[in-house]
Amino acid sequence: MPELIAKEAWQGQAAVTRAGLVLAPLQDRPIWSVALFPGGADGAATALESLGLGFPEPNRWVSAAEVRLVWTGRAQAFLMGAEPPAGLAGHAAVTDQSGGWAGVSLSGPAGPEALARLVPVDLRPGSFPAGAAIRAPVNHMSAVILRTGPETVEVWVFRSMARTLWHELTEVLARFEARATVAG
Amino acid sequence: MRLTCPLCGDRDRREFHYYGSDAYLDRPAEGAAPAAWDDYLHNRDNPAGLTKDLWYHEQGCAQWLVVTRNTVTHEVSAVELVAGRAGA
Repeated sequence: MPELIAKEAWQGQAAVTRAGLVLAPLQDRPIWSVALFPGGADGAATALESLGLGFPEPNRWVSAAEVRLVWTGRAQAFLMGAEPPAGLAGHAAVTDQSGGWAGVSLSGPAGPEALARLVPVDLRPGSFPAGAAIRAPVNHMSAVILRTGPETVEVWVFRSMARTLWHELTEVLARFEARATVAG
Repeated sequence: MRLTCPLCGDRDRREFHYYGSDAYLDRPAEGAAPAAWDDYLHNRDNPAGLTKDLWYHEQGCAQWLVVTRNTVTHEVSAVELVAGRAGA
């Protein structure tokens, strides 16, 4: 057997600060897709109680300590930061997505304005408040976007698109900074 | 153009993929007459007024939607999930 070396999605990537915005790579973590079987909602809810989590409403995410359950589609959520509890498998299709997604956080008051250049959804706190999680495109990439703080959002995309995401976002920040400089 | 996805809310047209008439939801049963298959596959009305189309929210929740719109006024009057329909 060849020896394979596990690498983080953002191996060696340092955070970038421009125009008062901090773009930072997020650590890889366990990610499991939980797709409810028809009629499986109650059974899944019982199984998820052991994590202290309820199944999230559409466009929401819930957390208990470092463990999150993020809505990602109809009757589907991503369990992030923990292994799925025993007893869940009978009520939902549970599949390991760990290593399949890469995330970044964007922090700063102008984050929504910067992301507006790539994401056709209003991400200002008024319409994208605490606890919000949506599926939306980042340019051509399908993403999961979460609000994780008053001035912080996370963007998760397929890991194969990590470098493209980083490129697109750093380009936006560069232009955003240039615009701010000109405006004085 | 914007569509209000029943799950995701008001979204830009670029998130959606157009498929065609909602007639594609009513697939003839096995052994149906050739005329039924002809209708299912080929024969479409082109109404001036209300029409129902299938759209896919590919950049959002990945759900198939039935969109009711008016080809005269461009008004979108309903967007419904295909999932959960009777027989779906």
